Amino acid sequence: MITGLFFWVFSAILLGSAAMVVTSRNPVHSVLFLILAFFNASALFLIAGAEFLAMILVIVYVGAVAVLFLFVVMMLDVDFVALREGFQRYAPAGGIIGAVLFAELLFALLGWQFSTDAPVLRLSQIPEKIQNTAAIGNVLYTQYIFLFQMAGLILLVAMIGAIVLTHRVTTTARRQNITRQQERKVADTLKILKVRTGAGVQELGIYRPEPEPALLPAHDAHAAVPHLEHPEP
Amino acid sequence: MLAIGLGHYLTVSAFLLVLGVFGIFLNRKNVIVILMSIELILLAVNLNLVAFSSALGDLAGQVFAMFVLTVAAAEAAIGLAIVVVYFRNRGSIEVEDVTLMKG
Repeated sequence: MITGLFFWVFSAILLGSAAMVVTSRNPVHSVLFLILAFFNASALFLIAGAEFLAMILVIVYVGAVAVLFLFVVMMLDVDFVALREGFQRYAPAGGIIGAVLFAELLFALLGWQFSTDAPVLRLSQIPEKIQNTAAIGNVLYTQYIFLFQMAGLILLVAMIGAIVLTHRVTTTARRQNITRQQERKVADTLKILKVRTGAGVQELGIYRPEPEPALLPAHDAHAAVPHLEHPEP
Repeated sequence: MLAIGLGHYLTVSAFLLVLGVFGIFLNRKNVIVILMSIELILLAVNLNLVAFSSALGDLAGQVFAMFVLTVAAAEAAIGLAIVVVYFRNRGSIEVEDVTLMKG
């Protein structure tokens, strides 16, 4: 009863926000409505009893994919108003194709039935008295382990591809030069001196190059003061 | 009306899929919104898979939905990377400007 009510509420918000994703003027609004759609779809998953997938949807889609979209939309300096041209021109064709597709889906929806031996054909039956996450883990790491590894491989390829595509070699970046690092000798960098007892580092002139005369502290301070007392008019 | 069955889920996901296809046609110039429409379509597919999995008592549907989710995430990452690279090179993301490989 209450489940049915929630189903209608969530699916209404899902469809409304999906419509706003495709029709809204500002792409940032589109992304935010996409996030809303994902949240409501995950609520529908919860109602269907797929708790793990609902949480995955929130974490992966809202947390990663939608934020990636938001990041790209905000990073690209695109005149989105110009991209809206032809909106009315394309709407009828899209509407016709959408209507035809929906009619086909409706025919399929009205005229289907389960095969009589559907319960026998189940690949992995949902076990009793085990929560959804544990049940998915039980089959995912045994029955579907190769597919699982393949999914990981796909994600690895996607990660490498995205990095390779967007990586830029900049000339200003300071990076490690291993050849130069290896060619350095101790003699180039280190000098051992005999230092008189009580001699200052400045006296020996080994600590650092002499600073600029104007920047010398203490006894040169007086030279700087008149300059400060008579500023430029 | 308030008893939720498989048919309700299928109807909602059919609407969602049609909205996604409609969005592709409506925003023919904007690659980013097209990618978002593809995400909507994949979401509709996931909804279908989960609904059937729940109705039949078969976990395979949920596992498959997870793989669809993986591929969708990879597709979004690669697609957006391509969009960013294209924008750097051409200063535009209009689909109709993508004619470099026409020959």
